[in-house]
Amino acid sequence: MPFIPHTETDVREMLAAIGAPSIETLFDEIPASLRIQGLDAIPPALNEMEIGRLMSERARQDGRPLAFLGAGAYEHHIPSAVWAITTRGEFYSAYTPYQAEASQGTLQVIYEYQSMIASLTGMQVANASLYDGGSAVAEAALMAVRAHRRSRSQRILVPTTVHPHYRKVAAATAGNQGLRFEELPYERASGRIDTAALPAYSGEDLTAIVIQQPNFFGVLEDVDLLTDWAHAQGLLVIAVVNPTSLAILKPPGQWGAKGADIVVGEGQPLGVPLSSGGPYFGFMTTRQEYVRSMPGRIVGRTVDLDGKPGFTLTLQAREQHIRRGKATSNICTNQGLLMTAATIYLSLLGPVGLARVAETSHARTQQLAASAARLPGVGVAFDGPRFHEVVLRLPRPATAVLAEMAAGGVLGGIDLAQDYPELGPALLVCATETKTAADIERWAAALGEALAKTARAA
Amino acid sequence: MPHRSEQVVFEFSRPGRGATAQWPVAPEQPAADLPASLRRSEPPLLPEISELEAVRHFTRLSQLNFSIDTQFYPLGSCTMKYNPKACNQYAMLPEFLGRHPLAPESSGQGVLACLYELQEMLKDVTGMRGVSLTPMAGAHGEFAGVAMIRAYHRARGDLARNEIIVPDAAHGTNPATATMCGCIVREIPVGADGDVDVEALRAVVGPKTAGIMLTNPSTLGVFERRILEVAKIVHDAGGLLYYDGANLNAILGKVRPGDMGFDVIHMNLHKTFSTPHGGGGPGAGAVGVSERLLPFLPIPVVGRDDDRYRWLAEADLPQSIGRLSAFMGNTGVLLRAYVYMRMLGREGMSRVGEYATLNANYVLARLRQAGFDAAYPERRASHEFIVTLKRQARELNVTAMDFAKRLLDYGFHAPTTYFPLLVPECLLIEPTETESRETLDGFIAAMAAILVEAETDAARLKAAPYTMPVRRLDDVRAAKQLDLAWKPAATAVGGTA
Repeated sequence: MPFIPHTETDVREMLAAIGAPSIETLFDEIPASLRIQGLDAIPPALNEMEIGRLMSERARQDGRPLAFLGAGAYEHHIPSAVWAITTRGEFYSAYTPYQAEASQGTLQVIYEYQSMIASLTGMQVANASLYDGGSAVAEAALMAVRAHRRSRSQRILVPTTVHPHYRKVAAATAGNQGLRFEELPYERASGRIDTAALPAYSGEDLTAIVIQQPNFFGVLEDVDLLTDWAHAQGLLVIAVVNPTSLAILKPPGQWGAKGADIVVGEGQPLGVPLSSGGPYFGFMTTRQEYVRSMPGRIVGRTVDLDGKPGFTLTLQAREQHIRRGKATSNICTNQGLLMTAATIYLSLLGPVGLARVAETSHARTQQLAASAARLPGVGVAFDGPRFHEVVLRLPRPATAVLAEMAAGGVLGGIDLAQDYPELGPALLVCATETKTAADIERWAAALGEALAKTARAA
Repeated sequence: MPHRSEQVVFEFSRPGRGATAQWPVAPEQPAADLPASLRRSEPPLLPEISELEAVRHFTRLSQLNFSIDTQFYPLGSCTMKYNPKACNQYAMLPEFLGRHPLAPESSGQGVLACLYELQEMLKDVTGMRGVSLTPMAGAHGEFAGVAMIRAYHRARGDLARNEIIVPDAAHGTNPATATMCGCIVREIPVGADGDVDVEALRAVVGPKTAGIMLTNPSTLGVFERRILEVAKIVHDAGGLLYYDGANLNAILGKVRPGDMGFDVIHMNLHKTFSTPHGGGGPGAGAVGVSERLLPFLPIPVVGRDDDRYRWLAEADLPQSIGRLSAFMGNTGVLLRAYVYMRMLGREGMSRVGEYATLNANYVLARLRQAGFDAAYPERRASHEFIVTLKRQARELNVTAMDFAKRLLDYGFHAPTTYFPLLVPECLLIEPTETESRETLDGFIAAMAAILVEAETDAARLKAAPYTMPVRRLDDVRAAKQLDLAWKPAATAVGGTA
């Protein structure tokens, strides 16, 4: 029997010890009318060789196209050591470290992770991670409502330059508790938050503003100005950041005069494979004064009975297993394994390596934007500085162009027609350090050919 | 288990050292276009260490953990069963790992086929009409479930229904979830036999009842025998039934929540379907629904048109409670569950419930012979059961925590302690079906030996464990003198919050 070790003798002797004639007897408290006879939709068992063949066929079917896609999930080189260690059974098959004495490995990794992510974001304290970037934004909004001492409005400003999916997750998650998200428009020329829209909110009772840097378009916002404006109005600032970019960009803890108050983001770029969307992890950091409003697991360093340093889950009085209905969140886990991968990744890259990843990704995107601009009818949509993504305007709708490119094995970008129809035909394109000059030439050639072909078809 | 500690990674760091083989070549052009006002001035605190130092450090840290791969882990309500290696290997094929979440469906037919078939298998095994795989953990699935219940009532214009009924034995996530969904929690007691107090339920249901959240078998390790009556009472009052799938392993292939009358269920794929717990995640909390909740499923869901698979989103499910993850939940975890279910197959499903139940009842019978008290001695154990040390606490002054800590010295992970809260000095023990009789006998012998120690040398238990990398930790100090991030020695501050 797959994964069940019992022999017939075991079963006989175990039943005798129980005093039951058969395994079926052990289910005698379940009403007979409820018992099922069979499962039709589940096929017969496959052994490991057979499932291996099936999965390999399915994987081959998906192939490995050359992808220039970003929008919150980024292809980066992952050192071999990262997953070789992360998938060790001692990390992979352990549970939440409730028994601290038997979980010092996991606990210390979390402590090291908290230290790294706090420093990377320029904040004082971090939690042990959340589900993903989208859910982290939702949790940050809920936390802002708890942490803000005066505002009772539960109104949160969310610019449309924040990832559309993050905005949807926040609304679906926090809307049930009465939070209201109000959109701020962006400037059409620069792709940045339209600061001319801000004065309309002066004197209003608002809880927080969400600022994404780089924003969804890859464009850099004027974070100092926005942070100072928000603080002058009494708002908390929720920063949504790309962790790779923070090797070279100003950390949210230093935005404006006082710095951001809550920082969240998608941790996937730090050693986590794209994997069709997950598992990823969300990170969250904040000021020391808000630590008790923070959701999720937190690890602290302390000492044992002999005075020896050790690590343990702490501030658990915030959590559901203690507070039940009054907890800061219903969250029960973190994304432990992904956070472990990120900690190993950051240890291998270090401050210099991570800055190289950020700078190289930036440089590749600049090269890509320059080659795109040479194509007839293609233009760069926004004029401000960017990190490693660029919005391109196309002379005709992107759907057919992208399909044409995909047929040739190149995923050319993300169509913005659905979320930003006002831009006209537009693509969000990303190049990271994994793309060579030859890859970028191939992309430009594929785009050029697809445009020519779709022009003829039109 | 190594009886040693490991330096914090930053303490190995030396300026100028690094795993340079992992770094990209520096770009020819510096990023001159990034204005100084937006640039970082001080590098972040990240270690500068060689690749070998990193490999050794994290490998040594891993060795300070208990895990399923190294120890019996009878953590009640957590289903710590073996995670087959094939599930990891085939979910981590390069094409699956490299696929971007926004890549077109045309380059994802393989992964979408797996997810679609997983939805179908989960529907069958739970007796539900529709499944969404997007929630990323059990608590996330709970949130989706209660949000769907709310959306259902709201869509009918039944706006007063904002009360969620929860038995007092429930997981803490149940009331926390109800609160997150803007509901009011109404707790009802559990009777002396372990079943929900049906009269108390009758007294509390009414026009404000949105629904009830139940685990069955319950967190007390017994099957709720009057479940059909409970379902009728709640449905007659206009409420819906939520099934917390934490204990699904107990009944897999034997009974289905849909047949019991549940309208919505979350499944912990990291429990029942054997995906790894990863030191606290990632999990996956797929949700299943009955006919009337189908329109409200969280998006995206995988649909099939003839032979093509595609994502169903807002346009297909306009009444959906919405998007709960940035992309598509924990896809890699879902692939692991898919491989597991295919390897067990149709006949393997019911074996899970059968052998999990056999193992639990065996350990319970043997522990009772050894002098331990069952919390519900008149009841069958499900896949787990509760031992109460109330008598030992009174007579010998030892606690469930002392037993738990001492078990670590015997090489066994502790069972769940102090949950459910209503049973004093409890150990919630879940062996799972993947453990051999010899392992179970070893655990039983250790429990018996500890009981003898409790009777002869209680002080020895009070100070356990002795063989772990650390002894009992000062949790009060951890919470009072917060040290949540490493700082270089020169600037280290304790910081009292």
